[in-house]
Amino acid sequence: MGSVIQVSGVRKTYGAMVAVDEVSFEVNDGEIFGLIGPNGAGKTTTMECIEGLRRPDRGTISVLGLDPFRDVYKLQDRIGVQLQQAQLQKRIKVWEAVDLWASLYKKKAVEGKVLLEQLGLTDKRDAWFMNLSGGQKQRLFIALALINDPEVVFLDELTTGLDPQSRRAIWDLVRGIRERGKTVFLTTHLMEEAERLCDRVAIIEHGRIIDIDKPERLVDRHCPERSVVLATDDPNAEERFRAIPRVETVTRAELRYTIRGRGDDLVTEVIRCLSENRIRVTDFRTILPNLEDVFLKLTGHSIRE
Amino acid sequence: MMLRGLWKLTWIEIKVFLREPMGAFGTIVFPALIFLGLSRVPSLRLATTSPGASSYILVALPVLVSLLIAISAVLSLVTIISIYREGGILKRLRATPLRPQTILTAHVIVKLILTAATLALLVAAGKRYYPIGVHVPLLSFTMALLISTWSILSIGFLIASIVPTARFAQPIGAIILYPMIGLSGVFVRVESLPPVLHGVARVLPFTYAVPLLQGIWNGEAWSAHVGDVAVLVVVFVVCTAVSAKVFRWE
Repeated sequence: MGSVIQVSGVRKTYGAMVAVDEVSFEVNDGEIFGLIGPNGAGKTTTMECIEGLRRPDRGTISVLGLDPFRDVYKLQDRIGVQLQQAQLQKRIKVWEAVDLWASLYKKKAVEGKVLLEQLGLTDKRDAWFMNLSGGQKQRLFIALALINDPEVVFLDELTTGLDPQSRRAIWDLVRGIRERGKTVFLTTHLMEEAERLCDRVAIIEHGRIIDIDKPERLVDRHCPERSVVLATDDPNAEERFRAIPRVETVTRAELRYTIRGRGDDLVTEVIRCLSENRIRVTDFRTILPNLEDVFLKLTGHSIRE
Repeated sequence: MMLRGLWKLTWIEIKVFLREPMGAFGTIVFPALIFLGLSRVPSLRLATTSPGASSYILVALPVLVSLLIAISAVLSLVTIISIYREGGILKRLRATPLRPQTILTAHVIVKLILTAATLALLVAAGKRYYPIGVHVPLLSFTMALLISTWSILSIGFLIASIVPTARFAQPIGAIILYPMIGLSGVFVRVESLPPVLHGVARVLPFTYAVPLLQGIWNGEAWSAHVGDVAVLVVVFVVCTAVSAKVFRWE
């Protein structure tokens, strides 16, 4: 599996503000790669340098073997782009936008009608852009990003501002893009989105990349803590729980215990202890860390400032 | 390939413009209605039909109206460009194989077409209600107006480059453009302006658009106005070159 995007030592400043600093990473063919971080971390700037819309002050970028700035038109022909907070002409009709975009690419375009159907916009084809809902607008932008059957698709904050239901529908669409063999590069500040969608993520803050890996590996690496919360009226429970290997702390609030430890085996060990000692529980929950916790750990603050 | 994109974009921009509540009415029909309204004013009617009709009515008025059409096209361009910039539409169009100049050319073509359409409607209305009897070379006059508008549109791009937000586009454009009419010689002869204003007037495209429009309206030959056309072309080239440097896409 080769890499389709190579970014090396990229730096971009706006006046005195350093937006992106010494950023390097690669995106593999056929994966969904996420650049995650809070607003203002440098996600969009990085993405727009890769798309050829901005020129980095330093560093080199290669996309599909092309220099995004020098070969921008060649590149645009082979990639699909969805920009953050983009708009179209208020009174352009859905089919007109698709038709216009289809006419802009050299490559044989995807059938616009089929695309609208896939994105559930068929009955909106005569609607003006301004009358579409947020989710419909985003789906139209996805359609425009896919119209030239691109090799790499760039999605910038795709689901920001959408309700959970539209968000889930769009996640399915993005997975569909990957299934058709495309590479997807996306940015998000939603950790749930990154976790559910991305094969690999890069965490970026203050213009610097802090770590890159598969979401679950990042969690394992930075947040090995696991917790089990359970409720029992067994008088000997606390003592038994403390004897479990790898358990670090056991806290109790009335009949509710929180058992904290490290490593994936903690949950198994707790279950084994319950079963061996025939401890009757009325509640059992595991608390597993996620990317949100990784972010907190790495940056010292939550992603939602 | 790019021509197909240009044609599609131009056609869509025309449709989008005409769908605006004030789009077609405000730019094309409204000037004609004003014109017809004026034709109901008895003194004006008398003036145009009487043998000694003042040259103001016969030449200055059509030229003034034409300039106003041109300016309204330019103001509309400035507004649309700044709205498109603010809404990220320009940026979205740029993130395609479309060349930046193609995007802007489409808007220029739309404005020129609308200018020609407005003029055509006015002429039709004029023929009906102003039986002036002078033979105006309409085709040449339309050409002259389009060249003038084209040149002034390039100033529009400069203005569009500097306006901070869409809200300021219309007022800033108006403040810059309307005084140019005052200096253009349509009200007061340029030669009789104070020296400072005279100097300013000499670098403004309107100062060359007015004699061109007046001359062509009066049936003069194009050869008499090569200088005016040349200046308008130079203005276009200079403004376009400067805009290409300072134009902001987002």
